[in-house]
Amino acid sequence: MTAAGNPAFETAARPTSGGRRLPLSWLGVVPFFIYVGIFLLLPTAIIVAGSLVASDGSISLSNYEGINKPYMYKAFITSFQISAVSALVGAVLGALLAYAVATGNPHGFLRRTVMSASGVIAQFGGVTLAFAFVATIGTEGIVYKLLLDRGINMYPDTVWLFEPSGFTLIYLYFQIPLMVLVFIPALDGIRPQWREATESLGGSTWHYWRFVAGPLLFPAFLGCTLLLFANAFSAYATVAALVTQGGIIAPLQVQALLTSETGSSQPGLAKALAVAMIFVVLVVMSLYTLLQRRTAHWLR
Amino acid sequence: MTASRRFRLRAFRLAIFVLAGLFFLVPIFAMLEFSTRGNDVNSPRNLDAWIRIPSTPELADAITVSLELAVITSLMMLLLILPTMVWVRLRLPGLSRVVEFICLMPLTVPAIALVVGIKPIYIWISLNFTDSILALSFAYLILVLPYAYRALDAGLGAIDLKTLTEAARSLGAGWGTVMLRVVVPNMRSAILNAALLSVALVLGEFTFANIMNYENLQVAIQFVSLVDANTSIAVAVASLLFAFVILIVLSFVGRGRVPVGGLGDVK
Repeated sequence: MTAAGNPAFETAARPTSGGRRLPLSWLGVVPFFIYVGIFLLLPTAIIVAGSLVASDGSISLSNYEGINKPYMYKAFITSFQISAVSALVGAVLGALLAYAVATGNPHGFLRRTVMSASGVIAQFGGVTLAFAFVATIGTEGIVYKLLLDRGINMYPDTVWLFEPSGFTLIYLYFQIPLMVLVFIPALDGIRPQWREATESLGGSTWHYWRFVAGPLLFPAFLGCTLLLFANAFSAYATVAALVTQGGIIAPLQVQALLTSETGSSQPGLAKALAVAMIFVVLVVMSLYTLLQRRTAHWLR
Repeated sequence: MTASRRFRLRAFRLAIFVLAGLFFLVPIFAMLEFSTRGNDVNSPRNLDAWIRIPSTPELADAITVSLELAVITSLMMLLLILPTMVWVRLRLPGLSRVVEFICLMPLTVPAIALVVGIKPIYIWISLNFTDSILALSFAYLILVLPYAYRALDAGLGAIDLKTLTEAARSLGAGWGTVMLRVVVPNMRSAILNAALLSVALVLGEFTFANIMNYENLQVAIQFVSLVDANTSIAVAVASLLFAFVILIVLSFVGRGRVPVGGLGDVK
């Protein structure tokens, strides 16, 4: 994984000989480990341990049986679909945008603007984003009305903005910038000399992309797509702002189990669901790391 | 590069930028348009919604609180994460894999899952120490970790840290001087980058605050939207533009100096 917004990326040579390892030097990392221990490792442990404690206090897998319900499966499948489609489409469009940026002046105003904007937009999900799309293509939105005046009705049957297909479109708004941020370093690693070498050997543009740049970029592309998938799978605030009831995606099911507005809060089941989500993302991120290692090997 | 290929590349870039510009700017413009609409269909455009921002107490408070959270989180990031990363690189290289793993871990734990485990800790904190919303910055630092780590790691990778610190130490500098007067000036743009990503993340954060019943900017925006949609959209677009402007400004400031290591451009 490379730094967001940091095109130039090199790993420093690690000091091979190393200084004397005085026991005292361990003290330097103690604050960091205390902090992540309390706010990252302990919560993770609470989730995993809590998911194994049944409501009567005994240790069992009964919480996981709570996931075995049709509406839970449906939420997970919907989450999966939205994440997969928005990751794929976002990766392709984001890669095109990243290429358009990478072929420009590396210190230019355009690149700086696009990278800064990507940094903001990739983080701004949630209510703001939901509003943006409601104001654009909601039934009171400016683009929807504009099209309607010209005889084009975006919603002939249903207002799909508030359905999974609409969420997928909205997710692209933060997926594309994220792709730009994570894919640019790979594009920056491509050297013009490789293209010149292809040409001097008689290769065409097609040959260059098919046999040189394509295979080099493909692992990075696939890896970034997986990162986008994990990102979409974790996203929660946007849909929460658009749909108030029904737990249409997995994170909303967790929320419904946590907030006990109806007095039906089930912390055990919430934790089991959280573990299931972590599991899905963990699988995806492991693949990402594997692919990233492979890419980093070539794009030094 | 042949002339025809250069032309094709220019046409391709132009098309991409126009399309991307439309996709990303139209929704922001639509929010601006929506926030200036009058109450009735025929009433004229006005800035009432914007004028109401300061006089809506929840919003004014939430904006202050979110900005404070952003500053505190960024400062903690620089005081805790950066020194740890420098220390690990210099003195405990064997730990670098562990630190990297921990810093990237929040990417694999969805925020909505992490909040399930962090909620009991915050209940304990609010009972025993403080119920101030500013305590949220501890949790936000966790969310910021992966982004900050990658930005700082790229910055540290671009300077010859070992030589620089050894030179400083041999001239009698203490570790504080090394950090403040050698490391920080040499990776200014990486530090800014990490800080900016932290600010953007904190200003946009909703999940943690919502589930743990704290009212930050995003929670307040949603709350106000139930009563006064126009004003909440005005705040939303204002916060978006605000974050964008500080990012642009700081990306220029960050380019002020060339790294002493001379090993290329850090940003």
